[in-house]
Amino acid sequence: MSGRTPQAITIDVGAILHDTVATARPDLVTRPTGRAVREAIEARIARARQSPSVSVLDFTAVRILDFSCADEVVAKLLARYVRGDRPSDVFFLVRALGEVHRHAVEQVLGRHGLAAVCDLGQGYELLGPTSEEEQLAWQTLETRKRIDVGDFAREFGERSGPLVSGLAARRLAWCGRGGGASALSALAPATGTPTAKKEER
Amino acid sequence: MRVIEVPGSLDYRNVESVYEQIDASDHGPVLFDARRLRWLDPNGMLLLLAAGKALAGRGPRPRISLPGHPDVVAYLERMGFYQAATDVFDFTDHRVRRRRAASDVLLEITSVATNTDVHEVVDRVQSRAGAILSRTLRYPVSAVVQFCVVLSEVCQNIIEHADAPGWVAAQAYNWKRRLGRQVAVIAVSDLGRGFRASLHDEHAERFGDRWGDATALEAAFLLGLTRFPDTGRGQGIQQIRKQIGRWNGMLSIRSGTARIADNPDWSSRPPLEEGLTPFPGAQINIILSERIP
Repeated sequence: MSGRTPQAITIDVGAILHDTVATARPDLVTRPTGRAVREAIEARIARARQSPSVSVLDFTAVRILDFSCADEVVAKLLARYVRGDRPSDVFFLVRALGEVHRHAVEQVLGRHGLAAVCDLGQGYELLGPTSEEEQLAWQTLETRKRIDVGDFAREFGERSGPLVSGLAARRLAWCGRGGGASALSALAPATGTPTAKKEER
Repeated sequence: MRVIEVPGSLDYRNVESVYEQIDASDHGPVLFDARRLRWLDPNGMLLLLAAGKALAGRGPRPRISLPGHPDVVAYLERMGFYQAATDVFDFTDHRVRRRRAASDVLLEITSVATNTDVHEVVDRVQSRAGAILSRTLRYPVSAVVQFCVVLSEVCQNIIEHADAPGWVAAQAYNWKRRLGRQVAVIAVSDLGRGFRASLHDEHAERFGDRWGDATALEAAFLLGLTRFPDTGRGQGIQQIRKQIGRWNGMLSIRSGTARIADNPDWSSRPPLEEGLTPFPGAQINIILSERIP
């Protein structure tokens, strides 16, 4: 639980790829490339000094995303920040190109037992392995954007507490001090809006 | 001089006929007699290169006599064979022009030794594969992305697991007579340590007496095991299998003395072959067939 509302940071993965690998090609392929991009993202998150924050990993400028890079950039990054010893209180939201990126992201999340809130161009979705109950709870939160303890209890009864804390533990929702929860999408900027604090390149 | 007879047609179905003629203990001069060669696919081309390179590593550089038919010579030229073979063979005639590939080639023979090479392969194919996949094979337009991902993962297999350079090549063919449809053939070959050696330190002990080329291929192909301890490793081959299965294509990997395959309904090849002629490294064959509505 955190007192301060998370700040949004948009991370343009295509731009980081361009800067890190010094390539004009927007293809996020090969494991060493993915590793270099992930390390650059982590460095930018650290420099932003926003904690808590919602970091929008924006893949929309990436053309090809292979499994090795998806594993390095998405799965390993999320895995590091879902652990108790995470470097800072960062939540992630993935913005990607529909079916072009969906499969790679979904597969690597599944391999690590992770889930992520993703904007694939058709609204927000929960990708990765989740229970039906988690999906329902997340969908309820996503629809309402913010929900307080009482409302959640009315929807889910005595399971509401563990469900909310479970979503928060998996970094799929943000819980404030009052026990209410916010959808990550409510804390992140919509596509193309200038409200995000865009990381300086 | 020992002569290796290259058959008139050399593709994924009969590459063993060449492997069987490669004697691991032979250190003398060798001639690849390809004069009767009339047709070959990327698997055949990479086999000639790999076999030549393997022999060159333990004796004098092998010689190769070129196909007699000028169309085959021209086709090999368009596929970049001579360019790639410059460091492998001594040529017995001077028709060879080491010109780079032509625009009708899906992916000319390309050396893969670094991650930069993989980036270049993906970039090159991205601009060429779209029309072949959508118009020729009738795949959805988005298939070009999955195709590039497949290529990226198979090329990375060379760098990450072989610890040696390799080659990749791809071309589309009209197999109307053979299969009643068009296909794209992708071949990847390296002369590295092969699957058994790559997985040995991490996994051999648990398989006990069963450990060998076939078991190592099964471990990587069916179980997704790799020499790396990370959870995320090993999914490349698994994801390639899934994608090629969705396209009703064929995927086979030959390594050491064994070959393992996912065979579609149009192929009657066995899923596992053992006791093949030993050969270093790994050879991957992918055949994507036209979607029949």
